This record gives sequence, C-alpha cells and structure tokens, in this order.
Amino acid sequence: MLNYIIRRLFYAIPILIGVNLITFMLFFVVNTPDDMAHMHLGMKRVTPEAVEQWKVERGYDKPMVFNSEASGTDKFTETIFFENSVRLFAFDFGESDEGRDIKYDISQRMWPSLAIALPVFVLGLLANITFALIVAFFRATYIDVWGVFICVILMSISGLFYIIGGQFLIGKLLHLVPISGYDTGANAAKFLILPIVISIIAGIGSGTRWYRTIFLEEISKDYVRTARAKGLPENIVLFKHVLKNGLIPILTGAVVVLPLLFMGSLIMESFFGIPGLGSYTIDAIQSQDFAIVRSMVFLGSVLYIIGLILTDISYTLVDPRVRLR
Amino acid sequence: MKFIRSAHPMFFIIPILLIVAYIVGITQSGAMPVVLWTDALVYLLVFAIAVFIAYASRKEHMSDPWRQVFQHRFGMVALVVLSFYVVIGLLDSVHFRLQLADENTQIQEQVNYSGDVLSVLDVLVTPIREQEEKTYSAPFATHLFAKETIEQEDGSRVREYPRLQYGGAHLQDTEADWLSDILKHVLQGSAIGFVFWIVLAIAIVIMIAMHRRASVFEITKLVAGNKTAVPWRLVLITLLIMSALIATIIVLAPKYHIFGTDKVGQDVFYQSLKSIRTGLVIGTLTTLIMLPFAVMLGIMAGYLKGWVDDIIQYLYTTLSSIPGVLLIAAAVLMMQVYMANHPEMFATDAERADIRLFFLCIILGITSWTGLCRMLRGETLKLREVDYVQASQAFGVSNFKIIWRHIQPNVMHIVLIAVVLDFSGLVLAEAVLSYVGVGVDPSMHSWGNMINGARLEMAREPLVWWSLLAAFIFMFALVLAANLFSDAVRDAFDPRIRKQ
Repeated sequence: MLNYIIRRLFYAIPILIGVNLITFMLFFVVNTPDDMAHMHLGMKRVTPEAVEQWKVERGYDKPMVFNSEASGTDKFTETIFFENSVRLFAFDFGESDEGRDIKYDISQRMWPSLAIALPVFVLGLLANITFALIVAFFRATYIDVWGVFICVILMSISGLFYIIGGQFLIGKLLHLVPISGYDTGANAAKFLILPIVISIIAGIGSGTRWYRTIFLEEISKDYVRTARAKGLPENIVLFKHVLKNGLIPILTGAVVVLPLLFMGSLIMESFFGIPGLGSYTIDAIQSQDFAIVRSMVFLGSVLYIIGLILTDISYTLVDPRVRLR
Repeated sequence: MKFIRSAHPMFFIIPILLIVAYIVGITQSGAMPVVLWTDALVYLLVFAIAVFIAYASRKEHMSDPWRQVFQHRFGMVALVVLSFYVVIGLLDSVHFRLQLADENTQIQEQVNYSGDVLSVLDVLVTPIREQEEKTYSAPFATHLFAKETIEQEDGSRVREYPRLQYGGAHLQDTEADWLSDILKHVLQGSAIGFVFWIVLAIAIVIMIAMHRRASVFEITKLVAGNKTAVPWRLVLITLLIMSALIATIIVLAPKYHIFGTDKVGQDVFYQSLKSIRTGLVIGTLTTLIMLPFAVMLGIMAGYLKGWVDDIIQYLYTTLSSIPGVLLIAAAVLMMQVYMANHPEMFATDAERADIRLFFLCIILGITSWTGLCRMLRGETLKLREVDYVQASQAFGVSNFKIIWRHIQPNVMHIVLIAVVLDFSGLVLAEAVLSYVGVGVDPSMHSWGNMINGARLEMAREPLVWWSLLAAFIFMFALVLAANLFSDAVRDAFDPRIRKQ
C-alpha cells in the first residue's frame, strides 16, 4: 500500500512538470514580460525606464531559461523559468505583482473557502443521494418521470440565476440573512448559510439525476434479484442492499474533489464577498495579477493529482476486489 | 459517386439557392461581404452536418437510432425549439459592411464602407436595433425609468418621467390607451401567427402524404389522432405556440420595448436575439474544433498502444489536471495581453471581438477534449481485441483501413453523445466565464454580458430586472431544449440504454 502511494507520487512529478511548462509557455513565451509591463502600466506614453523598473521589481528582467552572464549553477537559477516556475515545486509561490506574499495569502484565505465548500460537499451529497433514492424507489412511475424532468429543468438554469435569485429572495425581500460579507468565528455562520443553501440547490438537478442512474444500474444486478427472491420487501432491498453498494461508486467518485475544496468556488465567493481562495483568484484575474494566477494553476493541479491518488486508495478500502500493486 | 446519387435532392437545391441569394443580395445592395472567422467555421459546420446527414441516412447503424430520436416526444419538441435558435443564429452569421452614402466619396469614385459590421438579422430587425432610448425603461413602458427635469411650454420646470422616444410613441393618451393597444396587438399577432401556422400545418401534412403515398385526408386523421410514429401532433402544437408567440413579438417589437431597454437605452430584446449566435457558436464550434483531436488521438492511443499511448495519456492527464476555469482564465488573460499589444491586426471592432470569441472556443476546446479522448481510448482498447479486427490484422489490412472501417463506426455513438451532451454545458459556461471576466469581448452581445451588466444594477431601487429576465428566458429555453434533445439522442444511441 505504502509502496503504491510512493510510486503514484513519483508518477505525479512528470505531470506537474508538464503543468509547469504549460503555464510557463502561457505566461512568458506567448507574451514577453515587456508586453505584460505595457499592459499593467497602460498602453501608451510609457517610458522604457518605467517598463524596465516594473520588470526589475518583479524579477522579470532576467533571461528566460539560460543566463549566460552568471556563473556556475546560477546560469540556470538566475532565470525567469527557475525563479517563477521551478520554485513552485517547493510550494514557494513568491510575491504577487502587487508585492504581497502569496503563500501567506493562501494560508489565510483557505479557511473561509473550506467553510463553504465542506458543508456544501457533505450536505449536497446527502441531499442528492436522498432524492436519488426516492426517485429510484418510485422508478418507472410518474414520480420518476416527473422527478427526472424537474432535474433536467433545474440543470438548465445557469448557476448565476440561482445566486441572483437567492440573494434577491432571501436577502433582499425577506431580510433573513445579510446578502454578502464575512466575519470571523461563529459570527460567520449567518454569512455562510445563504451561499451554502444556494450551492446545494444549484447542484441538486445534475447530482440527483447522476446518482439515480447509478442506483438503477445497481438495481439491475443479480444480487438484488436474489434478495427479492428471498422474499425481502422492496424497501429493505433498496435501503440495505442497493444503497450500500451504490455508495461505492458515488463516494469514490466524490473523493477526487475533496482536496479541491480548499480552492473554493469562484463565483460563489465573489458574489457573496467571502474572502476565500475563489475570490482571491477572481480578483487576481480581474486585476491581471499573473503571479497569483500562476500559483493557483499550480496549486489546483497539485490538489487534483492528490485527489486522483485518494480516489485509487479509496477504491481499495471499500472494494476488496481491487488490489493495488 | 454512389453517395451523390443516393443523396436527397434537397441537399443540393437548398445550398445552391442560399448561395444565389447571397450573391444577389451582395451585388444589389453594394455591400462589402465580411466573413468573420467564426462565420467561416459556422459555414464549415453546416457543411459538415449536411455531409453527416447524407452519410447517416445511408448507414443503417446511424439512421435507425436517429429514427428513434425523431419518435421521441420530448426530443421532437426540443428539436423544433432548437431549430428556431439555429435559424436566428445562421441569419446572424452572414455579415457585411454597408456602403457609406457620402457625397464626397462619390466624387473621388472611391467607395467607403461603414465601420459597423451588420448581419442579415440586423437588417431584418432594423427597427428594434435603431430605436434607442436615453436610458433604462421597463418592458412595455411608455415612460423612462428615471425622473428628469423637463422644461414645459410655459417655461416652468417639472421633475417627471419623460415619454420614451419610440416605446409606445404612437399612443395619444398613454394611460387610457396603453393596455387596450397592447391587447389589440397581441390579438392581431396571434391571428397572423395562427394563419401562418395553418399554412405550415397543411404543408407538413401534404409532405407526409406525398412521402407515404397516402391521401391527405387519411394523414390528417392519423396526425390528429396522434397515431403517427413521429409525434407530428405534438410538433404541430409546439409550432402553433411558437408561431403565435413569434408573430405577436414581430407585431409588438417595433412599437414597444418588450423587454425594456438597458443603461444606454438599447433594446434588451435585440440584445437577447444577438446573444443567440454567441451562445450557439460557443456550444458548437468548441466541439467542432476539439473533435478531430479527441477522436484521432483517442483512437490512436487505444489502437496503437505502446509509446503513442503513453504520450497521449501523458498529454491529456496533464491538461485535465489543471482546473478548467483556471486554465481558461490564464489563457484568456494572455490572449488579452497579446491583442492589446497588437491592435493593428483587427480592421473593425467586430473582427476583434470575433477573434476573441474564436480563441475562447479554442481554449474551451483544449480543456474539454480530454474526457472524450479518454473514453474513446478505453473503447478502442476493447474493440481492437474483437475477432473481426484481429482477423483483419491477420489478413494484413492496413492500420488506417482497420480504424476507418471497423473502429470508427463502432465508436461514433460515443462521439455523437459527447457532442450533444457538451453543448448545454458550454452555453452555461459562457455566462460564468463572462462574469469572471474571461469570457467573450465586453462589446459582444452575450447572455453572460447581459447578466453581468444587470447584476451591477441589483442594488437599484426599484429593481432593474428585465435584462436578467430576458437573458434567463432565452438561455433557459435553449439549454432546456438542448438537454432534452441530448437525452433523446443518448437514449437512442447508447447501446446500454437501448438494450433495456
């Protein structure tokens, strides 16, 4: 087991190198640092000195991949590629274009993101499984047909409308909770309820439909027929046999997003003014802070790869037929 | 040559008619045709779909599931709604620049063209495109949304809601006549729609009768009793509702702003119509761009195995491990920088916005091909062990031929299902991306931009809600229709579902 995990971690290295190369190409080769300086300082009437200074402040004045002027290992380390891309491997994110320490910002903003994403994940999963079981219980009746139809309708509404509608209805008309903002400690709860509820509702359509197909697939298996042949009532078949076995694909499928919960949700956080990593990324995109976007791309990939490894491990834990070698 | 002989004559008549209409239109109006990048790809897509239909109608393994799609009730209703969107989108994909009627230029015998790139749709809806108010006005309003100081004839000043320049301008007494006038127009429009529908319904019934070589009376009885395999009755009911609705809108739209006006006074209904093309382009061209890569690489990885498989797997694992939104954001940001530094590449604003849309499609394509590629690889891995493929290999048939003759037909259903399923997700993604600021150009009409603009006005009292409503209705109808249609397609093509 440990052996397998270590080997998987080694497999992750070439993928992370690939991610790094892609971001490096995107951020430094497609557009030179000069272009970015122009973008930041305004397109016209920029003195070459100002551009030069902007680059020096951020360390973008060095050569791309090979520094012929330096000596020894500095030939490779005193370059943009090393300073901005290779150092990411040590989770050394450096400073943002504004001069703030990215690592510190991330460590601060991770928790509000998690405060929304974790309840949404757990409660959403519960809600979706519950609805899917109900629909599966009444399969091939009008409840099933209309349930699926309602799911399709819910799926067809853009997430933006759920947020705007929810904010308008609960925050503005009913004045139940504040529309947006954030506070520390227990006071945060009243700010968190609305985004959590809206996120769950927005996910019910696709979630319920997807889990319904999983349950229906499970119901058509042989052991269910055996259980019925033994004379078990339908509700015991469904809740004891089908639910337990259906949870295997559902839970292992959900594991992959677990690490990504740290990243938060882009639109949710910016709509509700929650200072998490999602709104951090959006702010960076809108103020064109490339250093932050670069760091988030790398962090996101690392978390995703961890998620993949966790998925494989969870398969062995719940399904003894799968053996990792 | 067998292909040409077997194809339906409509396949040649319709495109030739369209091309003739295009040439006549251009030469008569003296406009300069503009083919934007996405236009060219839309034409290519239409051509590809026509070829696909011609191909599928000859192959039983393709035409049989399609027949099932056409017999699906929700699927057919969705198809009718979708075809309305497609027609609008296609009309909006023929662009040109009008000649400037300036006397100076005629003397110099040099023709100048307007900087505005118009489409056929723009010309068709000229009244609502040009009727711009000062600022916000509610749907069907006769007065502006905000109070203004108005100087009256006797010199005194009052603060009140000024009359709109165009919305309800034909009314004398706005309060007394307003409702009755709207109702009159609704009735008039519905009547026109009904007459149009009757003509349409008769044409459809006659066509079915000719196709089946039965009497018109017989077919009418079958359709009315819902006894046809294709649910024609449902189709006709949908058409009735839609033609009544469309005719009413056509009657009302030049006289009122049926979805109000936005901050700069532009008609919101016009914006929603223009957004259709953006949504469709993102939903379809993205797939068109990524499809060749996904299919080729997926089949190659599965069939050739070995180092080819390793490289392709590495490629898609790397790409898919970057969270999609972030990769899109990073790529769009970089494209923005590039375009800001190279303004000379674009002749008009429309071309610049179009290139951005095109790039967005490419970037979305790069992030979305991995899933399909992985599925195709898995399926091909299974298929290459099948007996008939092994037999072909033993006979020394070339790899290319095996892939084309044996592998490709057996994975086509996966490709088709993926294409149809992706569409609605992409339309929804456009709205989110535009909100984040990495979507289409802010000057381009799109539902995402409409929502984004309206969101900033949410704090207003009273609320400006009509832009949101319009974007919601248009998006919801398109995405719901696409979802229902894709369900019908999946039910018909997925062998696992078909068996049940």
